Amino acid sequence: MINILFFAQLREVLSCSNLQIDSVPRTVGELRLLLSEKSELWAEWLSSDKALSAVNQTMVDDSKELKSGDDIAFFPPVTGG
Amino acid sequence: MSDNTNASLLNTISVQADDFDQQTQYRLLTENNEQDGAVVIFVGLVRDRNEGRQVISLTLEHYPGMTEKSLNDIANQAREKWGVGQIRITHRIGTLALGEQIVYVGVAAKHRKAAFHAAEFVMDFLKTRAPFWKKERTVDGEHWIEAKDSDQAAADKWS
Repeated sequence: MINILFFAQLREVLSCSNLQIDSVPRTVGELRLLLSEKSELWAEWLSSDKALSAVNQTMVDDSKELKSGDDIAFFPPVTGG
Repeated sequence: MSDNTNASLLNTISVQADDFDQQTQYRLLTENNEQDGAVVIFVGLVRDRNEGRQVISLTLEHYPGMTEKSLNDIANQAREKWGVGQIRITHRIGTLALGEQIVYVGVAAKHRKAAFHAAEFVMDFLKTRAPFWKKERTVDGEHWIEAKDSDQAAADKWS
């Protein structure tokens, strides 16, 4: 199982702060594709240019491999400071 | 203890809703510290106008755990580059009114140039790497602030 978190505008647009899925996609990129099947809205907002990704609280790119128990987060480019 | 652990002892990271007191922060950087001859402090505030819009307030969201970790990593990178001493980073979350303090970065170092560079580096990386998001409230309603290319360019100049 993996745990997926959404933050800021992504959380609001998708009306979803977190979800768990039993299957473990091979990579972050494959997880994006899997979630994009939910609807056009999800496909649009989970594209690599709109949503950054982190695995276990470290920023990663789409090639990052996943394993059961991982926390994966998707969020817009950051705007703190 | 590894070098990394030692370095982290020189970082004080806080993500908090409460305001912070600059005098207290300054005292914590300088007391019992006779080796550093320079302190540089940066404070970010909520501004009244943003890209032509009249701002009423800002609301800051973060990713608990990852935010603190990324700020600690940024402070360690700054210390590796310039050999500075203590680094204190305080960043507020929640809703902030005009003029309120958002972020504090304080760096103590032996000499001023290292402290200036490290403080600027920490801010440039905080703005592009640390998971915070600002929502702006204006007279026309609320919207999320978009990341700026100029902030990315500022961070890229260090690499």
